[in-house]
Amino acid sequence: MLPPLQDLYRIAPEIVLGAFGMLVMFLAPIIPKSRHGVLSAISLVGAALALAATRFTALYPGAAYSGLFRADAFSLFVHLIVIGVAFLAILGSTNYLKREDLDAGEFCALILFATAGMGVMAGAQELLTGFIGLEMSSIASYILASYRREAPKSNEAAMKYFLLGSFATAFFLYGIALVYGATGTTHLDLMGQAGAQTSATLLKMGLGLIFVGLAFKVAAAPFQLWTPDVYEGAPAPVTAMLSTGPKAAAFALALRILANVDAAGPLWFWALWAVAVMSMFAGNLGAIVQTNLKRMLAYSSIAHAGYILVALAAAAATDHPEAGIAAALFYLVSYALVKLGAFLIVAHLGGVGERNVEIEDFTGLARRQPAMAACLSLFLLSLLGLPVLAGFLGKFYVFNAALESNLIWLAILLALNSVIGAYYYLRVMVAMYMREPSKPIATEPVPWTLAVVLWITAAGTIYAGLFPTRIIGFAAKAAVNMR
Amino acid sequence: MTPQIAVFLVLAAMAVAGAVNLILQRHPIHSALSLIVVMVALAGLYLLQGAEFIAAVQIIVYGGAIMVLFVFVIMLLNAGEEERTNLSRMARYVGVPLGVVFLLEVAYWIGRATSHMAQSSPQAVSTRELSTLLFREYVFPFELTSFLILIAILGALVLARREDSD
Repeated sequence: MLPPLQDLYRIAPEIVLGAFGMLVMFLAPIIPKSRHGVLSAISLVGAALALAATRFTALYPGAAYSGLFRADAFSLFVHLIVIGVAFLAILGSTNYLKREDLDAGEFCALILFATAGMGVMAGAQELLTGFIGLEMSSIASYILASYRREAPKSNEAAMKYFLLGSFATAFFLYGIALVYGATGTTHLDLMGQAGAQTSATLLKMGLGLIFVGLAFKVAAAPFQLWTPDVYEGAPAPVTAMLSTGPKAAAFALALRILANVDAAGPLWFWALWAVAVMSMFAGNLGAIVQTNLKRMLAYSSIAHAGYILVALAAAAATDHPEAGIAAALFYLVSYALVKLGAFLIVAHLGGVGERNVEIEDFTGLARRQPAMAACLSLFLLSLLGLPVLAGFLGKFYVFNAALESNLIWLAILLALNSVIGAYYYLRVMVAMYMREPSKPIATEPVPWTLAVVLWITAAGTIYAGLFPTRIIGFAAKAAVNMR
Repeated sequence: MTPQIAVFLVLAAMAVAGAVNLILQRHPIHSALSLIVVMVALAGLYLLQGAEFIAAVQIIVYGGAIMVLFVFVIMLLNAGEEERTNLSRMARYVGVPLGVVFLLEVAYWIGRATSHMAQSSPQAVSTRELSTLLFREYVFPFELTSFLILIAILGALVLARREDSD
């Protein structure tokens, strides 16, 4: 009894990503290193085809593989984010790989495989499937973090990430085991139906442990200690991917659980509340004292995880989680565009070996490279939440969702944190525009690949800020019918 | 006390003792050997539940293949006794109490939860049923694990290659 053909259409993006990952892997030893650009090009074709293949999942919505996986508007939305991130990360890293003399083959293959894993997480309707997707993306991330082999910091980052990540994985797995023990199923929809006749305490413990595992993956406080070191040590294009794609996928899994399992909402609500507040403060207060731009952006991503968690708390607080889910999805889009662009700029301006990533090194950038300075400022302003940019609307929707769920305090703390955030984002801009360069730094021309990525991310940031209707409309559509 | 419970208690005690010894031993090879005890005791527990396939796999894969890898790695790295540092002392004074608290909490909640549960007799799942389940209902995650392994292989390749590039 073979699964019906429609099931293959529903996982079409994963099939394309997996196939191209393997293709690149096999071609890597054949193609000489001087021509590794070909491998990046093939991977780009793969990512583009995977984006196109999401059309199939839209044409054949529904459950696949006896309900383990689900192709619906929600999974489509998250697929578009993670595959888009992979496309831009591969495109933006081509020149970086050449400059740092790194192999493109395994790099691109790992990104494609990791993205396939994130796609699985986006559509997983069952915990074990979600777990395997999570591990696909995590293991590939550990390796990618260590990719700058000569740099001790890169190795340290990978080691820390791997050890703590495995620890979080153990929590997640233990949680699945307890949930299975309580409900007798790992299917999220069946778990939702099982409801009353299950053992409530075991279910609660299981869901609590799953929450810990996911909170680690999205870098939320108090599980965020690894984030600054890993984001600083990993190669900057990898950081660009790590801080966006896997985070979106982990949030997707959390939202899927939240929408399906009725017990999760009331149980997770206070945990989400507390973790959101801690993340916002830990991220923003930590970022203020940083002198390294990569570390500062890492702390800012902790804070942004906190903002998204506010949306999750808003979704958990009511019986109508749609507004919260839609806000979280929109935020993920706006955040992914900006973080990708910012980290790729850092990757380029850092120079060989990423030596110039201190904020000091960005002084006077406006005079040396006005276009890059303008781009980075745009991204920082969007992170800050300036109106007409995507980041503002992201915060606005989250704020609204929090108010609709009567979470006044959470909304106030969110607004307060945005103000704290303004300080350190503006500090970088002041350095770029108003201060003299502290030391002479050679200006490298911007490669066209990076220029394309920056055009796309910058245009996307402005577009989502000015005309959010289509994106938020799609997100709202994705938020209903998740079970 | 039925014989099942007696066997269970013996195996469970073996598993716990092995696990505790694993942590207490300071030489990695001794820890690895204690891990074998845990694995074998677990296999016995699976057998007691009527899951003979899982028990066999546990012995072959974990007790056999994975333990050989462990021992290989320890020998290759020539890992000596672990050293006590300030941080490991802190881990002892903070980590051990936290671990004990977590253990008691889990034990308490599981005890409370299972006391309300109806006595369900363990259903023996035959190997045939298991394979049907694995290759029909769960074929998607099953195939995905091959990708997971592929990623791990690729990772080993990337990590190993750096040596000869130096």
